[in-house]
Amino acid sequence: MNLYRELIIDLYKNPVNKRSMPDAHITNSGANVTCGDRVRIYIKKDSEKITDLSFEGEGCAISIAAASLLTEEAKGVLLNDISDWGPHNIFEWLGTELGPARIKCGLLALETLQEAVKKIKQ
Amino acid sequence: MRSDFPLLQKQPELVYLDSAATSLKPQPVLDAMNEYYTGFSANIHRGLYDLSERATVAYEGARETVREFINAKQAHEIIFTRGTTEAINGLAQSWGRQFVREGDEILTTVLEHHSNLVPWQMLAREKKCALKHIDVNDDGTLREEQFLKLLSRQTRLLTITHVSNALGTIVPLRKIIQQAHAAGIKVLVDAAQSAPHMPLDVQYLDADFVVFSGHKMCGPTGIGVLYMKERVQEKLELPWHFGGGMIKEVHLKKSTFQKAPNKFEAGTPPIAEAIGLAAAMRYLQSIGMNKIRDHEKQLLHYALKTLGAIDGVQLYGPNNPAMQSGVLSFGIEGIHPHDIAEILNEDNIAVRAGHHCCMPLMERLNLPATVRASFYLYNTEQDIDRLAAGLRNVKKIFKS
Repeated sequence: MNLYRELIIDLYKNPVNKRSMPDAHITNSGANVTCGDRVRIYIKKDSEKITDLSFEGEGCAISIAAASLLTEEAKGVLLNDISDWGPHNIFEWLGTELGPARIKCGLLALETLQEAVKKIKQ
Repeated sequence: MRSDFPLLQKQPELVYLDSAATSLKPQPVLDAMNEYYTGFSANIHRGLYDLSERATVAYEGARETVREFINAKQAHEIIFTRGTTEAINGLAQSWGRQFVREGDEILTTVLEHHSNLVPWQMLAREKKCALKHIDVNDDGTLREEQFLKLLSRQTRLLTITHVSNALGTIVPLRKIIQQAHAAGIKVLVDAAQSAPHMPLDVQYLDADFVVFSGHKMCGPTGIGVLYMKERVQEKLELPWHFGGGMIKEVHLKKSTFQKAPNKFEAGTPPIAEAIGLAAAMRYLQSIGMNKIRDHEKQLLHYALKTLGAIDGVQLYGPNNPAMQSGVLSFGIEGIHPHDIAEILNEDNIAVRAGHHCCMPLMERLNLPATVRASFYLYNTEQDIDRLAAGLRNVKKIFKS
């Protein structure tokens, strides 16, 4: 098992896009209560695309690394396309699959982003 | 003695440090259950044939073994349940419904496991009564002085843990129970984390209810014990489950019930599990509960020293073997407990990480989660050395 690869540890210790965004158009929070993982996603958008995003939060290495990678990958992506993303995208970015015990850590940021996009559409 | 535990034989590399969640099972327990299933697996109390009689004798014999193990006065004060959780829920639904009224108060502590909190929250909602909580100090010891302050004329019940499953804090209960009784208040003791690890004498404690689970004390899953004092039993009109085995007479519109313990054991009970639990208690007694407590004290002492020497490791709880069971909660600065537990797992070390079903306690201590290592009679100082080596590896991976 090679879950704690260099990339994951590095992104945990030096996350990217981990900052608040006071002028965000929309924010959304999510949590895995059982783990104590929390994330808040900030989004700037135009009529159809995500133009910028960032996150704040605390949690395990997997959840922070996944949030870092997600916020990189989602910049410039069509709002409509975000809902198509799923676990396989996260696994690809992390470079490893996650077992049942950790998948919720990996998916927290994505699910929080998808909820935010749903709110935008409504 | 480790050779008594088949799982440790099958997996000699395993370092099992999660006995506060559930313990490993020794061979005599498995043999006793197997003997029932292969030799006399009949239902109890009703059959007029030999096998059923043998099953009844074994089941009632198990009750007697439990009585002796916790030094209850009478065997019928022992009620078999599915576990601690069922016992507490059952009491909330039966005793709580009968004796708690609007405006009354139930007193508990912030140390409690969710299973000794949520059932009372539900009762409080139903009855419009208040739930009050005795606070802890930052080291997880109970602020005993708050008990008398929170006590009021409306207090009906004190429901309190004997040992914290999250921090290992041993709560000094005897004085509190005496004070509660002096004020006419009933006391429930959650002994899920004490009965397996130290001598438990219910007459000495003098609580009205004492509850614990079999699977944490070398016994099988699916069985637990509710000790209920005879005097309290007599006043409790209704049980929480109804059905076969507990009735005296049933008519189409009304029924009458047997006396305790049958009254509180509706349906076919966990027969094999009761027999297994009795075997577990005999096994523990053959070693000696004082000896088990001393062993865990020594392990905790060693663990506090060994883990405390690792840079960045933070130990939570009393950090004092005299007032702490073999449970040690800790963290490493800058590393999430789940990551710690997952990396330890790669080294075959089983610990628990999370809130340990104690979210109010975690909130009170301002901890999102902890790693918990918990010890039992089969653990050794080598296990703790392996844990310490595992933690150094975690730090290496995280470059901390």
